[in-house]
Amino acid sequence: MNKFFPQGSAVVCLLGALLLPTLACAADDPAARMDALEAAAKSAQSAGDNAWMLTSAALVLLMTGPGLALFYGGLVRKKNILATMMQSFTMMAVITVLWAIVGYSLAFGAGSPFLGDLRYLFLNGVGAAPNADYAGTIPQQTFMVYQLMFAIITPALITGAFAERMKFSAMLLFMILWTLVVYFPMAHMVWGKGGFLNAFSGGAVPSFDFAGGTVVHITSGVSALVCALYIGKRVGYPESSTAPHSLVLSFIGACLLWVGWFGFNAGSALAASGLATSAFVATHFAAATAALGWMFAEWIENGKPSVLGGISGAVAGLVAITPASGFVKPMPALLIGFLAGLVCYFMVTVLKHKLGYDDTLDAFGVHGAGGTLGALLTGVFATNAVNDALKDASGKPAALGLVDGDTAQIVNQAIGVAIAWGLAIVGTFIILKIVDATIGLRVTKEQEIEGLDLVLHGEEGYTMES
Amino acid sequence: MKKIEAIIQPFKLEEVKTALIAAGVEGITVSEVRGHGRQKGHTEVYRGHEYKVDLLPKVKLEMVVADSSVSPVIEALRAAASTGKIGDGKIFVAPIEEVIRIRNGEIGEAAL
Repeated sequence: MNKFFPQGSAVVCLLGALLLPTLACAADDPAARMDALEAAAKSAQSAGDNAWMLTSAALVLLMTGPGLALFYGGLVRKKNILATMMQSFTMMAVITVLWAIVGYSLAFGAGSPFLGDLRYLFLNGVGAAPNADYAGTIPQQTFMVYQLMFAIITPALITGAFAERMKFSAMLLFMILWTLVVYFPMAHMVWGKGGFLNAFSGGAVPSFDFAGGTVVHITSGVSALVCALYIGKRVGYPESSTAPHSLVLSFIGACLLWVGWFGFNAGSALAASGLATSAFVATHFAAATAALGWMFAEWIENGKPSVLGGISGAVAGLVAITPASGFVKPMPALLIGFLAGLVCYFMVTVLKHKLGYDDTLDAFGVHGAGGTLGALLTGVFATNAVNDALKDASGKPAALGLVDGDTAQIVNQAIGVAIAWGLAIVGTFIILKIVDATIGLRVTKEQEIEGLDLVLHGEEGYTMES
Repeated sequence: MKKIEAIIQPFKLEEVKTALIAAGVEGITVSEVRGHGRQKGHTEVYRGHEYKVDLLPKVKLEMVVADSSVSPVIEALRAAASTGKIGDGKIFVAPIEEVIRIRNGEIGEAAL
């Protein structure tokens, strides 16, 4: 009982209350009583799992709105705050419809190893009954809506690359096509039944990505780089670029991201289980050391640790721990976070300026680089002492990463990383070309100077008039 | 009548206002401005990108006084606003052609 119910006495009372009517009828038949007990136990387990999963889904949505909206919004100029937040907000609406119609099916319908089929078109058959291929104790509808929140935030992350200069209509079209061409196939390969990279479903290249280091962060981060290079720099960058207009907003957004990430990573356990706890702890630990790593690097290089550095570091650590969160122990999580803080600090403050591209909000430097680092380190630190779901031929928990003695897992991780990079680069480039040729990507120079809030949305973020 | 315009350090505002009231100034307009004279600015760094900030926050005071009051008002202002360091600010004096009180149409020094 203790394996499932940590709060033993409270649940025994609950069980008793549930069983009272059944017990009264089955008083003389031990077998019937056992059946009733089992059913009640399953029901309690499902209730716990579903409660956590619905909470996690809400937490992940919170990461987009207002987490990412504020984080990104505070970093741009005052005249573009609304347009930047609108990009994240619109994903909450548009991707939901896309997911409901065809997205869930393409990602999680068993199909080929590379893309799902249309069995769940219009969410056909997705209801209260669990889907044992994915999560056997919660309604499939819970699993579907939880995964939807991931599909929402992934394209929203890309908007950081072309902030302050992209047409709204072009962004909408780009994001719909991108989600179809890049996100759904990648999600299917890593998490879908029979997915090419799905270690837990017989994938040809068994890679570990617990909550989306490759599916979410590498695809969005690398696509962001392609966008930044294709669309080009902002007018006057870097000579006449301006500082963030409100680090206060960015700070609030970053804290919402940190807390929301517990839903992102711990929720990927798909149950209110010990594994969820482990992922929760790993997530938090990595954020902490990553924030410190970036801060100390800045302190040494600039003489002062900054708030922007601290929160950027925390986000970088959260990105890096995402693929590893359900596979690594707490101490390696501390290390992964610290390395992410240092590596992403270098990518954002040194490499970006050296190479001269305008990845405005560092979507590549944080998500692309952090996700790549985390996915590879997962191959090092993944252990069956944390996650024993994968069994070897004899039915025992399989060795996962280098610390378990599996020296080849890093190679599988690298293949998964390479596929994410390749799909992102090729898919994004083609889509950019299509959108550019049909409706054009960028606002005019005059519109960019005037500001997107007025030009695209007819609004001002701060009127401050009584 | 003369217009006295003063650019001062923001933290000196309360002290200067008190001194001006004591010197008999009854009307004053205050605005928050940015600027610099010989005082250097500073550098801010955001994700490795340096931004030179050379327009510093200052406070501008404007008041119109009778000719006979100009000297004592300037003395009171300067004494209250001064710290002895670069960045203390400046005082400008300019002639005013006419003053009208909107409420009742009074003109000239009676309208001050």
